[in-house]
This record gives sequence, structure tokens and C-alpha cells, in this order.
Amino acid sequence: MSEKSPIIKLENIDVIFEQKKQTIHAVKDVSLDIYPGDIYGIVGYSGAGKSTLVRTINLLQKPTHGNVIVSGTNLATDNNGLESYIPNKDLRNERKKIGMIFQHFNLMNERTVAQNVLFPIAHLKLTKDQRQQKVNELLDLVGLADRANAYPSQLSGGQKQRVAIARALASEPEILISDEATSALDPKTTNSILLLLKKLNVELGLTIVLITHEMQAVKEIANKVAVMENGEVIERGSLLEIFTAPEKQLTKDFIDTATNLEDGLRKVQNQGIVQNLQSPDILVQLSYAGASTDEPLISTLFKEFNVSANILFGNVEILQNTPVGTLITILSGQQQDIKTAIASIEQNGVEVKILKGALA
Amino acid sequence: MNWITKTFPNVISLGWSTDQGWGLAIYQTLYMTFTSAIVGGILGLIFGFGLVLFAEDGILPNRPIYWILDKIVSIFRAIPFIILLAFIMPFTLLLVHTTIGVNAALVPLSLGIFPFYARQVQNALISVDDGIIEAAQAFGATTTEIIFKVYLREALADLIRVSTVTLISLVGLTAMAGAIGSGGLGNTAISIGYNRFQSDVTLVATLLIIVFIFIIQFIGDFLAKIASHK
Repeated sequence: MSEKSPIIKLENIDVIFEQKKQTIHAVKDVSLDIYPGDIYGIVGYSGAGKSTLVRTINLLQKPTHGNVIVSGTNLATDNNGLESYIPNKDLRNERKKIGMIFQHFNLMNERTVAQNVLFPIAHLKLTKDQRQQKVNELLDLVGLADRANAYPSQLSGGQKQRVAIARALASEPEILISDEATSALDPKTTNSILLLLKKLNVELGLTIVLITHEMQAVKEIANKVAVMENGEVIERGSLLEIFTAPEKQLTKDFIDTATNLEDGLRKVQNQGIVQNLQSPDILVQLSYAGASTDEPLISTLFKEFNVSANILFGNVEILQNTPVGTLITILSGQQQDIKTAIASIEQNGVEVKILKGALA
Repeated sequence: MNWITKTFPNVISLGWSTDQGWGLAIYQTLYMTFTSAIVGGILGLIFGFGLVLFAEDGILPNRPIYWILDKIVSIFRAIPFIILLAFIMPFTLLLVHTTIGVNAALVPLSLGIFPFYARQVQNALISVDDGIIEAAQAFGATTTEIIFKVYLREALADLIRVSTVTLISLVGLTAMAGAIGSGGLGNTAISIGYNRFQSDVTLVATLLIIVFIFIIQFIGDFLAKIASHK
């Protein structure tokens, strides 16, 4: 994918709000390249500037400084500190190539599902049959074909978001911006919406920019992640890199919200078996990513090293088709055997962290 | 019949189609209400939309224009109607070449009701979720499309409700204009009923106004209900 040129290129974006008493620097010098076919997750707490940042992609938020280039067209250009924007008429055309969905759906209450879905292409002057066909196609895609004549107030949250997705796709955009689109939904509905987004990504080649404060959502479908704090991107990389080797504390915190590792650790620590740990037994955290899991880890420990492993907590994810796991286990056996076992599995790419007990 | 002629002698003697008859009074009230509703309504819609579109968080933020609109509306809102009637008389004379009668009343009625309506329209439009407007912008809608296809459509039920309220206030203003000689049921109630101690005339004129207002309210509620899908 790296040979392709980015479909969205943000260069040194600054967004500064001048208010009566104070100046708010909402986005600070952020550059981001998003390639065709990416599902790019942007994670951060509310107020981190992620919404403001992605709104510069379709100029719903005009950047104070920096370049915004979408599909090769300059929407905002920084001429030595003097910012210029694409003329309004051209901007409207460019916006039609960028679909957008929102946390609160933002459907028009006084229009039916079909009328909402057709809104972005009202200018096309389609015949009645063509309109009908377009509505059917789009609603089929999101699995709501039978609700064309309902009003939004008659739909559930998940259904509303599906309609919003159908509407965002009406003008056949190459890019979909999802601004906290699952934040107002329950976990089950969230998952079904995420799967739908993934399906659209695969089937239509749609590039998706996913803003969220839920790492869970990013973990589910994104292939790249950027973490934002105080208007800056503090860490970025592929989903696997971010998940297996986070550097910043905030990133670690976010990952933990998706894996519940911290919570698991706390519960494990309180168990009697851990509190009464007898030497030379030790409590360890085994972390691994990718190929190393093909080795039958636990049975190897026993068969080859005579070390038995009592698993107290485990979390295994499949991220981008790569298994990533964390196990918290008690290793028991002869001290020497445990040492050899640890050395061996470390060599196979498993990270071993001793949580309690010690090896002499 | 005998009971009626006994209880409402003056009502009967006014007649239906005489100079000061009930037919004419009813017609004048309807004429003043609806004509000034159209003129004041259009002005109010323009100002109401202007106050929303040109506001700082509107889609065409423009501080000077907003300031001017806002001040015009505030000033006219602040003048008590009975004073406005007298105050703008020279302007009325200029516009309709008379200061008495129903046509003279149209000028102060329109000017009196439009700022009230403008504020009501403003509130109705502000209640349209910002997110809906933002979504329309994100899909490349023009300003005209946002005004007519989003604001007007989404706020329609609210606009009908505020129009009903405004129309009812307007009937009240026509009665006040009637008191200083513009004609209509207000005129009948005050300059005939009250001034000549013919209480039965005042009573019937009042009842007719109440019926008129009830009809407006009923139609307004009905239309608002049809228009709302929230």
C-alpha cells in the first residue's frame, strides 16, 4: 500500500480559536497521511482535538494554518502563513466526495428515510424510477431495505446510524469520515455498525477515518491508529504496532480499556493462590504477538521443561489477522526448570514479565 | 325571538349590512388581520431568517448585518402598540394617504406584529439541531438549499405553531386599532358598545372575537400536527 499516494494529506495543520478572552489552540501542527483503503482510527479523550482535526478534511472546520489535500485537490493551502481556501462552489463539489456520519446521526426529522438518503444527490435530477432504485441499492447495502418510508423517530439508534451511512454513501464518495459514530450506541449495535463499516471498506474500497474515544472500536476494524492529546498526535502507527508496543502512557491506558488487562491483574492479585504464592513459584505476564503463538506455548512449558502453568487471566485478540495475547499465569516447578523455560520462550518472541515472586 | 330582542336590543338594531353593521365589522377584522399578517409575516420571516443565518454561529456569520437586524427588531418590539399607532402616523399618511380606516391600520399593524413574529421565527429556526445543518453542509448543500430544504422543512411544525400565536396576537392588535377608529369588531365593541353604554354590543363583539381566535387556534394545531414527524 505504501507505493500509493495518500488520498488524504494533512500537512502541519493548526486550528486556533480566537475567543474574547482567550486563544484556544485546538489542533497543533498535525500532519497525517491517509492512504486509499485505510481504516484510520484517531483516538483521544474528548477535547483532544480529534473532531476538530478531521473536520478540516472537508473544511467544516477551516484550518488556521496548514495544507489540506484530498484526492489530489488542495482544499486549504498555506502560503507562508497566509491561509487560502478553495472557492465555495468547488468546495461543495469536493464535499460530495467525502461522506460523513455523526455521533447523533443528524438525520432530518421531517423527512422519510428515503428522502434523507437522497438528500446529498438532490441536485442530480434523477427520474422517479432512478431515485427509487438508488434508495433501494443504498438501503440494501446497510440492511434496511424495508424502512424506506419510515421517519427517523420511528427507528432505533442503530437503524438511524445505518440510514446516516446510506445517506453518506449516496454521492458515491471515496472517503467516509466517522465522527464518534458509535459512541451513542449500545455495545451490540456498535459492533454491528463497525462490521458494516468494515464491509463497506472491503467491498467498496472505501477509505474510512474513524474518530472515537473507544479503543474497542478501533481495535475491531482499524488498520492504522493515531492517538491524540491536547491537540497533538502523540503516537501513531499500524494497529499491531500500537497494540503490541505502545510508548506513551495515554496509549497504554487506551489499550487497557480495550483489553481489560489492568482490571484482570488487580483481580488476579487478590486471589488466595497468588497471595500465598510459594517460592520458587512465580507469577508472570506472558505477552506475545503473531507467529510465536503458533507454538503450543503452555504444553511446551510442561513437556520440555517440566514447568506447569496455571492460567489465571488471559486475553487474546486477533488484530489484522494477527493473534495478540496476554496471559497471566503462575509457573511452578523446579527453579532451574523455570529459568530455562523462560529463557526459551523469550527467545521465541514471548515477552515475560515477573509480577510476583523472584528467581534466585 | 322576543327574548333576544329584549336582551340584545342594540345588537339587533345595529343590523348586518349597515354602515356600522356586524357584517362589515367582521369583514374589517378579517381584512386587517390577514392583510397585515401577510405583510408582517413576510417581514418577520425575512428578519427571523436573517437573525439566524447572520448570527455568529449561523451559516453566514456577519456581525454588522446581524446587529442592524437585531436592533430594528428590538426597537419596534419595545414600542407599545397603542403608541406606535400614533407615532408612525406621518409614515402611514405617506404610504396609504390616510390616517383613518382599515387601510391606515394596516401600516401600524404590520409594523407592530413583524418584530414579534421575527423573534418567534428566530426561536423556531434555532431549535433545528445544529448537527442537521452541519450534515447538510458536509454533503455539499448550498445556502439556498439549507434555507429552503433544511431550515424551512425541519422547523415547519414550529413555524406553524408560532404563526398561530402571532395571528392570535394580531387579532388583539386589530381590536386595539379599532379603538382609535380603524373599524372592525374592536371598533364596534369600544366606540359603539362601550362609549354608548350598549353592553350587549360589547358582549357580542367580544364573543365573535373569541370564536375567531378559537378557529385560528384549531386550524393551527391541526396543521402543526400534520407537519410534525418528530
